[in-house]
Amino acid sequence: MGEDMVKQDVVIKKKYKKRSQIKSIMFRYKKNKLAMVGFVMFIIMIIIAISADLIVDYEIDAVTQNMKERLQTPNSEHVFGTDEYGRDIFARIIFGARISLFVGLITISLSLTGGAIIGATAGYYGGRIDNVLMRIMDIFLAIPSILLAISIVAALGTGIFNLLLAMSISQVPRFARIVRSSILTVKGQDFIEAAKACGTKDSRIIIKHIIPNAIGPIIVQATLTMASTILTISSLSFVGLGIQSPTPEWGSMLSDGKKQMRYYPHLVIIPGIAIMLAVMSLNLIGDGLRDALDPRLKN
Amino acid sequence: MLKFIFKRLMMIIPVILGISFIIFSIMALTPGDPARLMLGENATQEDVEKLREEMGLNDNFVVRYFNYMKDVIRGDFGISYRNRIPVFDEVFARFPNTLVLAFWGISLSVMIGVPIGIISAVKQYSIIDTVSLGVALILTSIPAFWLGLMLILLFSLKLDLLPSTGVETWKHFILPSVTLAAGTMATLIRMTRSTMLEVIRQDYIRTARAKGATENRIIFKHALRNALLPVITIIGINFGFQLGGAMVIETVFAMPGLGTLMITSVRLKDTPMVMASVLFVAIAVSLVNLLVDLLYSYIDPRIKSQYAKS
Amino acid sequence: MSEKLLEIENLYVEYETDEEIVKAVNGLNLIINKGETLGLVGETGAGKSTTALSIMKLLPEKVGIIKDGSIILGDINITKASDADMRLLRGNSISMIFQDPMTSLNPILTIGEQISEVLELHNKEMKKEDISKRVDEILELVGLPKERKAEYPHQFSGGMKQRVVIAIALACEPKLLLADEPTTALDVTIQAQVLEMMADLKEKLNTSMILITHDLGVVAQTCDRVAIMYAGEIIELGTDKDVFESENHHPYTTGLFGSIPDLTKATKRLNPIDGLMPDPTDLPIGCAFHARCPKCMDICKKNKPKEIKKGSHMIKCHLY
Repeated sequence: MGEDMVKQDVVIKKKYKKRSQIKSIMFRYKKNKLAMVGFVMFIIMIIIAISADLIVDYEIDAVTQNMKERLQTPNSEHVFGTDEYGRDIFARIIFGARISLFVGLITISLSLTGGAIIGATAGYYGGRIDNVLMRIMDIFLAIPSILLAISIVAALGTGIFNLLLAMSISQVPRFARIVRSSILTVKGQDFIEAAKACGTKDSRIIIKHIIPNAIGPIIVQATLTMASTILTISSLSFVGLGIQSPTPEWGSMLSDGKKQMRYYPHLVIIPGIAIMLAVMSLNLIGDGLRDALDPRLKN
Repeated sequence: MLKFIFKRLMMIIPVILGISFIIFSIMALTPGDPARLMLGENATQEDVEKLREEMGLNDNFVVRYFNYMKDVIRGDFGISYRNRIPVFDEVFARFPNTLVLAFWGISLSVMIGVPIGIISAVKQYSIIDTVSLGVALILTSIPAFWLGLMLILLFSLKLDLLPSTGVETWKHFILPSVTLAAGTMATLIRMTRSTMLEVIRQDYIRTARAKGATENRIIFKHALRNALLPVITIIGINFGFQLGGAMVIETVFAMPGLGTLMITSVRLKDTPMVMASVLFVAIAVSLVNLLVDLLYSYIDPRIKSQYAKS
Repeated sequence: MSEKLLEIENLYVEYETDEEIVKAVNGLNLIINKGETLGLVGETGAGKSTTALSIMKLLPEKVGIIKDGSIILGDINITKASDADMRLLRGNSISMIFQDPMTSLNPILTIGEQISEVLELHNKEMKKEDISKRVDEILELVGLPKERKAEYPHQFSGGMKQRVVIAIALACEPKLLLADEPTTALDVTIQAQVLEMMADLKEKLNTSMILITHDLGVVAQTCDRVAIMYAGEIIELGTDKDVFESENHHPYTTGLFGSIPDLTKATKRLNPIDGLMPDPTDLPIGCAFHARCPKCMDICKKNKPKEIKKGSHMIKCHLY
């Protein structure tokens, strides 16, 4: 307590006086240089993914084999070189960004929806429903997510849709937990009791009061989940259970390049760096958001 | 205390049942006929039908699950659909490799990650802090299998210092362990740093300062043990991830472990093999978590008295 | 009779963060004599705790900065003392009791360990048995059975924890005790017990005490002199007689008394002081209280009032 409290009181008072909550979060986020770097990196990645077709041709450059030009190291015509089938690595990296982003975003949407429904039900109704749902989530959490994803892919067959489903299912418990705990913290508070006392409907309480309070941690988790999804998808593709060649996915590019690694290290170095940068940008955003949402944590 | 341990052991059972049921269900959904798999493409439809009946494959899959679990409790994990060898022998032969890998992965990450995290927190905003946070950031963003490939590229292919595949000697475990440790180490650096910073702000640290204690004493006697509590939990949770991560890393280094076994078995629809591997992993993870809980109560008197009561 | 123990002169303390500078203490002057108890009264945010932390030199690192002034204890200049010197003083010559006993004790060390630590730190040559004996003594002194020294903080109630905190603070028989709202977090019934015990011990050990509180009742009960703080300054200072019984007061003090419910009179409402403390990042020119003062004059908005002394009574106001 003591002065820290006093100082915080003052800061809080000022915050309400000068700017709204969202503005002050944005202000703190913008001041965080690393977080801004991550944000810019992510925006660039999105632009590349969207405009991939304008830069290179999918069929000609990224997919079609061209044995005459195989295994070139980076040069002026192929900036990142070519792979063992003569495909341009630069083109494949660019289209790989599209796939990673796509998988990441869909996975987040699916797992967030699933997690929100389960977590909200568990947290809001409590009691036995909560117990049963959360025990099931715990069991899912106890299975290493990559194992779960591998089994689901094996059961349903490889393919982008099954992959998305597998990834989403393995991420649901995380979101369910966050949503549930946000609800539990908010639920006990007086303003919810007050709303209930006024006869407010459950659905309205959830939409008006609980979701705005839970949104912060959910966004943070969403960015971090997207990072780990990109990692997992490339891992799955690497062991041959994810996206299959010739579709240009970073993990499968690594898997293809592994055989030639000794003499053509660029085959594995470049896709790896692409994954690293994508994941890092999301991690930076996630960390930056977390610090901006709760400045106390950053110290 | 014994009562608590017993209670916790009992709690593992439903978790294991749950996990095994989920995996069993998923495997049952997998297309393809195990009997056909065992007999090969040239077998007659009659033979396949006969084997299906023998193996009980025509039963409802819930019944099959219970039959399977009954056998498991008797110690019979079945035979592989693939090569008809007893599953238990195969799993048991490979399990030590995965355990050794996971053990070294965890140990290395703790031995390096925790001290760096502490130094980072104590010297907040110093160069050491910035560098270690930067390294942690990079390591969390690197896919483990890629790090493995890069290490192979450097230490095996270019420098020819360490073997890249196999499990024959302790040298074979160096690169995989380092690869596996990297991610957890990064998590531990960040976790230790942030809990340490959190603890340093507590009132009782101020009390210790007000007593006239030196900074070293404050860190080691007052802050460290309190800060390590959440870190230990993370280590426990991470053990599961370690085993999951080991699956991919074993593939990179072509190690005969549970991970490679699981991946190939899943692809080949070898249900008994998958089930046995999953059960082994689940039990190992549960036991490690129990161990973590006990360690926790050893460090935190509040938890200890809670256990003593229950 | 009175011998000076601590003298604070013209103290300025600021908290500097990335976003702003909080001026917590602004030109504070204070003298504490040997054996006396001074009550430091004021609203939340008036700078009371900051003053105490400055004396201990325990302001938050890099953020809390002593800008100007001096704090002198006996023949030691605290503002200039090194970290090592301060460590010798803390817990030994100056002790501090913090507001919240619930969080002031380390949850993973026994209370015996926590009390003996301060003894070990300041009595390097003391033997183990002697320390253990002394711990028993102190526990007895604060009214706790010595058998409980092997127990952990969570096994004690709030009042008992505060007794432990007091035991730690008094273990080395300090010359000066800083008590930062020592009873605020406790039940009312326990409050009286703890206060009484502190007053007793202080008497026994001949310790001076600064008692920080916003409870005027507590002050009347225990203090020899009273200082009223507002926006980082002492605006009125005197013996408890001066402050509680004399005619002349700073308007803020009058306001404080006016906001205490009087059980003997039938009033419908309390009379709180209107408005809020000035923003410590942006203090007004002139008297810090002028915006809320019912007797505000033109000069109050321009010039800072000087300290006006009448005997033992000091008031910082243009009215006098």
